[in-house]
Amino acid sequence: MTTYKQIFEKLDSAALIPFFVIGDPNYDSSLKIVKSALDAGADILELGIPFSDPIADGPTIQKANIRARKSGMTVEKALAFIKEVTSHKPVPVGLLVYYNLIYQYGVERFMADFKAAGGTSVLVADVSIDDSEEIAGPAQKAGLETVFMVTPNTPDHRMASIASKTTGFVYTVSTMGVTGARTKLSDTVASLVERIKGVSEVPVCVGFGISSPEQARRVADAGADGVIVGSRIVQIIEDNADSVEDACAGVGQFIADVKSRLNG
Amino acid sequence: MKHKGKFGEFGGYYVPELLIPPLEDIEQAFYQYKDDKDFVAELSNLYADYAGRPTPLYFAERFSEYVGYNVYVKREDLLHGGAHKVNNTLGQCLLAKYMGKKKIIAETGAGQHGLATAMTGALLGMETKIFMGKIDVERQSVNVHKMRLCGAEVIPVAGGTGTLKDAINEALRYWTANVEDTFYVFGSVCGPHPFPTVVKHFQSPIGTEARAQCMEKLGKLPDMVTACVGGGSNSIGLFSAFVADESVRIVGVEPAGKGLATDQHAASLAAGRVGVFHGSKSYLLQDDEGQVHETECVSAGLDYPAVGPEHCHLKDSGRAEYVTVTDEQVLDAFETFTRTEGILPALESSHAIAHLIALKGKLAAETNVVLNLSGRGDKDVGIVETYRPLA
Repeated sequence: MTTYKQIFEKLDSAALIPFFVIGDPNYDSSLKIVKSALDAGADILELGIPFSDPIADGPTIQKANIRARKSGMTVEKALAFIKEVTSHKPVPVGLLVYYNLIYQYGVERFMADFKAAGGTSVLVADVSIDDSEEIAGPAQKAGLETVFMVTPNTPDHRMASIASKTTGFVYTVSTMGVTGARTKLSDTVASLVERIKGVSEVPVCVGFGISSPEQARRVADAGADGVIVGSRIVQIIEDNADSVEDACAGVGQFIADVKSRLNG
Repeated sequence: MKHKGKFGEFGGYYVPELLIPPLEDIEQAFYQYKDDKDFVAELSNLYADYAGRPTPLYFAERFSEYVGYNVYVKREDLLHGGAHKVNNTLGQCLLAKYMGKKKIIAETGAGQHGLATAMTGALLGMETKIFMGKIDVERQSVNVHKMRLCGAEVIPVAGGTGTLKDAINEALRYWTANVEDTFYVFGSVCGPHPFPTVVKHFQSPIGTEARAQCMEKLGKLPDMVTACVGGGSNSIGLFSAFVADESVRIVGVEPAGKGLATDQHAASLAAGRVGVFHGSKSYLLQDDEGQVHETECVSAGLDYPAVGPEHCHLKDSGRAEYVTVTDEQVLDAFETFTRTEGILPALESSHAIAHLIALKGKLAAETNVVLNLSGRGDKDVGIVETYRPLA
């Protein structure tokens, strides 16, 4: 399995990290769509297990959670999905999950099973560094990287602490608010990336609100090691809910466009 | 955060990173001002002259005769707005004002917390937004109208079940994007730290007064105190003054809805499993996977799949008992109490009354029970009429 460090060192540009809700709109279609993103040049995957109450997510990803759950997605199936994805192409897979799902599964058991499925890192959306021992220990024991979030309102003392507990990459939230495609990228991204790099050597990936190849390029120019694109991609899936072929083509084309802009 | 906000294994602050700094700000301000002379004086004046504290402890003679033991009623229904909720909104909104915030948001189920926030927002001149499930907007239309008359914007939330849990989800999302200038006035002793502690503090006058009134009227402590438990703010307000008194039985009453054998209830303590939801570890109604259940209850204010972390601790430590009553028992209790006392109890409070009726014949005649009447039932007349139309 390729590690984050290897990926970031190998790439000439920022890594492209698309986000998908596992099982959106259903298991088989979701698998085809994610594979098409990998074939189109995605460097790393960020995957979410659908949850009934995703409070960090905006309407686009909330709807994807509902579609995936309605189609019968479960934690067990999500792990099987990850195994199929990593068998298709051995890219690093970061997981974004809400705590109750892994708490009920059993945190240690979950970490071990996720690692066995080919997983690389785990980010629990509703567990902060203050409770990091609940997940970091089991994650490290299983051989997984830990990812924590830094946000525009994170004070300096907290930023250093977050960076010190992060082993994969620092997930940098570009703007105040929940996930969602935005037409305007926050002006503070560059200074935020600079602040993190001032206290840590861990790679920095930026997400939330990035919806176009141009915005992705601007984030890369701001010094980010990776660009996470979620809601825009999930919207393409929603717009092509009737045809998995069209969804694959749309997602593949978008990934290729962003990749090209990052390289160009 | 200075404190972990834990009650035994329960509580904490399980939230996205964006919400940690504003929660830290609230925690810091709460401990700075809660005993501050000016803050306490201003809040005490508001409690007395605006809200109507202290509320009476009323001996419900005819209802007592009906159940066969002595029932004393803490009349939170007589507060401005018709419910205990104003205790909390006055406290939190004043705290927000001391923090320099000019905008407030809140979630609401039955509308009582929304109305209390809207009233307090108007009183203190703060821009107010209320998030409310779409179904609750329909079933509590009078309260919605009152909130709007106070100048609040009511935002119907269509996602999920269209009830309180979804209103909280949406309020949290809005707050995430607007933490700089907005204070979230949380409605119950749930949610992330410091809300369970803050809300308990502002509801504690219920218990403090009731305890002193018992000593004055009875010359001793009551044998039992009881209240309904949804999120659990009115009950914690009452219970808090009696927890150290081992002789006092503490009984919380949860909604069994259409029955615990069905999945149409909201009894988190009776039928839930420990989980993490809305920023807190508590008993939670969920499936095997950890997906949160939809709930059902005749009373919108108790229609919530989790419960305050301190209640979870009181249950596990054995200090408090938690029982359930069904919607049918609640509707019977509403009718019985209204006919014996001429007081319309909120359907929420009617849960506790239903349990007192269930204890008929099981307690000695000299037993003294304090019931917290958390709110008045005017808002629920339409619902009761739907279930039990008058001939």
